[in-house]
Amino acid sequence: MAERKPIKGITTEKTEKLIADTLAEMPEKTQKKRAPHLGANEPSASPCAVKSNKKVVPGVMSQRGCAYAGAKGVVWGPIRDMVHVSHGPVGCGVYSWGTRRNLMQGIPGVTSFPMDFTSDFQERDIVYGGDLKLEKLLREADELFPLNKGLSVLSECPVGLIGDDINAVAKKMENELGKLVVPCNCEGFRGVSQSLGHHISNDSIRDHIIGKFEFKEEPGPYDVALIGDYNIGGDVWAAKPILEEIGLNVKSVWTGDGEVEKIGATHSVKLNLIHCYRSMNYMCKVMEEKWGIPWLEYNFFGPTKIEESLRAIGECFDDKIRKNVEKVIRKYKPVMQAVVDEYKPRLDGKTAMLFVGGLRPRHTIGAYEDLGIQITGAGYEFAHQDDYDRTAPEMAKGTLIYDDVSEFELEKFVEELKPDLVGSGIKEKYVFQKAGIPFRQMHSWDYSGPYHGYEGFKIFARDIDMAINSPTWDLVKAPF
Amino acid sequence: MSAVAAVKFVTETPPEEIERVKAWINSEEYKEKNFARTALVVNPAHACQPLGAQMVATGFEGALPFIHGSQGCASYFRSTFSRHYREPAAATCDAMTEDGAVFGGQNNLFEGLENAYALYKPKMIPIFTTCMPEVIGDDLTAFTRNAKLQGFIPEDLPTPYANTPSFNGTHIHGYDSMLLSILQTLTDGQKVEGKCTGKLNIIPGFDGNVGNLREYKRILELMGIPYTMLADVSDVFDSGCDGEYKLYPGGTRMEDAAESINGKATLSLQKYSTVTTMKWIESEYDGEKAILPMPFGVKKTDELLLKLSELFDKPIPTELKAERARAVDAMTDAHQYLHGRKFAIAGDPDYLLGIVSFLLEMGARPWHVLCSRATKKFQKEMDALLASSPFGEGCTCYINKDLWHMRSLLVTDPVDGIIGDTHAKWAARDARIPLFRIGFPIIDRVNLHRTPVVGYTGAISMLTMLANKFLDIKDETCEDQWFEMMR
Repeated sequence: MAERKPIKGITTEKTEKLIADTLAEMPEKTQKKRAPHLGANEPSASPCAVKSNKKVVPGVMSQRGCAYAGAKGVVWGPIRDMVHVSHGPVGCGVYSWGTRRNLMQGIPGVTSFPMDFTSDFQERDIVYGGDLKLEKLLREADELFPLNKGLSVLSECPVGLIGDDINAVAKKMENELGKLVVPCNCEGFRGVSQSLGHHISNDSIRDHIIGKFEFKEEPGPYDVALIGDYNIGGDVWAAKPILEEIGLNVKSVWTGDGEVEKIGATHSVKLNLIHCYRSMNYMCKVMEEKWGIPWLEYNFFGPTKIEESLRAIGECFDDKIRKNVEKVIRKYKPVMQAVVDEYKPRLDGKTAMLFVGGLRPRHTIGAYEDLGIQITGAGYEFAHQDDYDRTAPEMAKGTLIYDDVSEFELEKFVEELKPDLVGSGIKEKYVFQKAGIPFRQMHSWDYSGPYHGYEGFKIFARDIDMAINSPTWDLVKAPF
Repeated sequence: MSAVAAVKFVTETPPEEIERVKAWINSEEYKEKNFARTALVVNPAHACQPLGAQMVATGFEGALPFIHGSQGCASYFRSTFSRHYREPAAATCDAMTEDGAVFGGQNNLFEGLENAYALYKPKMIPIFTTCMPEVIGDDLTAFTRNAKLQGFIPEDLPTPYANTPSFNGTHIHGYDSMLLSILQTLTDGQKVEGKCTGKLNIIPGFDGNVGNLREYKRILELMGIPYTMLADVSDVFDSGCDGEYKLYPGGTRMEDAAESINGKATLSLQKYSTVTTMKWIESEYDGEKAILPMPFGVKKTDELLLKLSELFDKPIPTELKAERARAVDAMTDAHQYLHGRKFAIAGDPDYLLGIVSFLLEMGARPWHVLCSRATKKFQKEMDALLASSPFGEGCTCYINKDLWHMRSLLVTDPVDGIIGDTHAKWAARDARIPLFRIGFPIIDRVNLHRTPVVGYTGAISMLTMLANKFLDIKDETCEDQWFEMMR
């Protein structure tokens, strides 16, 4: 891949000075801790110079969540036909109820469960333990929601601290109910971010779900699974049809709009296609080791990356699929060109800074670039080294890389780099909008979407244009 | 051998089975089973203590809320506030992890306080806890004292703290504990015998509607009563966009909070979210104390004005009399659209009492009132309110039930509309009735938190919201021959 052209006004020296000036305002110990997480991009550097996946520095106002958030919000919540129990006090379940936008089909409360199930721990549960309550509530849940295809038990902080044994309860109840009961020890204090919650959840899927089911129909040569698409704003519904259009047979989706038995039968597919590498690479590796299933990372943000990805997917199959890929690319080319023609004139030359979870900063760069927008800064809440290694070549030299950025740092960086758009989360959104800087939430698609696939790009382009070119920004400065 | 150890085939639920369960969950039989559960909570209508604590902590000028506990909790609280208000919600956290569980959270607190103070330069750091330090038994009194002794933060920086375990009470109790602690800290040594500021201390309670807070202040200004609003989040959670982000855009001034102990009177407008605070104020503060219901509707607003008039020996100004008359005018004009309409209401105790009072005034019929964490005392108070009007007849007040119970109520004993926060939208949809969004959080509509629902003007707003929605529904759903110009 050709290196990005330098961005006007961005140099390694200037970026390093900005980092140094920002660090200078911190206590000495904090400077030392934070310095390795901030850097000027070197596209050819391997590994990327920025450190990641370390503990949050207390008190700096990190934007990170916790292992429970990664487990419930990311991996489990989207599986539509399971009852997901937030086991512990009431808060975690309430805050994560419906706030990720992992849309799902089904009849709520009948065949799908986009709800908040909790054991609502009270003081007595802390004192006497919650295992008996858990047992009872699983029985109640299965009775009241009989069409569930399984139940997950997602531990909140106190459960692990008081020494409850949810694994034993789950095992007992799985026998009693004759259904999957999956324990997930994803207490919020475990690890350093959401990321460990993903990993623990992947392990639970490995131990309790995968390999437990078989598809009735015989495996076919074009069977694939879609891994790491959580159907935010309907992403799966924009991505899956493209794969089907090139002739592939999407047998299961992990986990957006997902069905647990199909997830449990995924070990029969020919190829795993993974979108969110950060949250689900673990299971791809497990399936590769245990069943020899190859996996391929792909990117369905923006036409350039979609084309690249489709061709790479085609290479994993025969001529029939490869021909279909070219046909599909030809079919959508004019459609995508029309989108670019409409929006690029208003967006060309603009800059954006991104700070999202573990995938999107690098994955969406292509879509921004399709619209003529350059990325001057990017970072992740909970990425690891391998994510940053994948990011460096996608960014121009000297651009700013920040890991687990604090509000203090991000404010300074945005103030200095003056991007035309910031793409990040709800906690960051209004800080920048108050400053008159256009913003889009890039976790939730800002209540819009889908952004994946060809259909998604139309919406993405419209949204980015709307954010940057809204006439409301002209009103920010009063004439008096 | 485990029942699922053997490999099974992927199953499809038969359509007739889906239809059966779909009908069953709307049945009386299901309702009974649903109400019989004792362990499982489904779709609760309350949040946890630290959320309420953060609201209070946000309401003082220059204060930076500080969460002692897990990082994820902090992000959940901040996100919840930002989604509801569409505003920044700054708060720091000392991000305890596994080693904190073993060694305690003192080192996290030290480092967290040092960084929070250095980076964000707060005038006060109110500290509150999440489950984790509560379970392991961290001693915050000792920890904060040590933090000052060891120089992580200045000795004179106020660091009130509250224990706010999520396995106890709800967000309104966290509100109470944090408010108490902040007032105890700031008023310490400030009491001067015989000194009276001549001001009213007003406590709005856990109220996600900043319009309500502004409405209280407007009423006090019209009455010419000097006041200090304690935990005033209105300028923080409703700040303007002028091109500059301000970390501390408002809140109760520290000196005003300190002086509040020498006030002429202290008034709480939410009994249930200020129980311990008002008990302490009762014994420590100078001046009169009063706890009034939230002024929803005409009568409760009358009660507020009469109390203010009495406490400060001020007449009720012409403007407010005119406002009252306009509200009554609107209510008499539109009574026909609400009279006899049945409502379900879910929410916090003080909100419920207010909304029910307004509905009774309109001749509407509160029918299912549900509070997902409340005491018998609340239930008695609600029952008494319902008994005070013939329109309260037939209404049941449910405590310690959730929104899945509410769903059963709505589908077996239908009503015309439900009043509650956004979480009630699922039950409303299943029952095919409108949801009137009053409460916290409202995360799917814009600006409702800016329109007051208290006071005479609030009564007009509520009436407008309710009546026009029923008229919209009629226009949108009636057959052609019933579609007409006037309504």
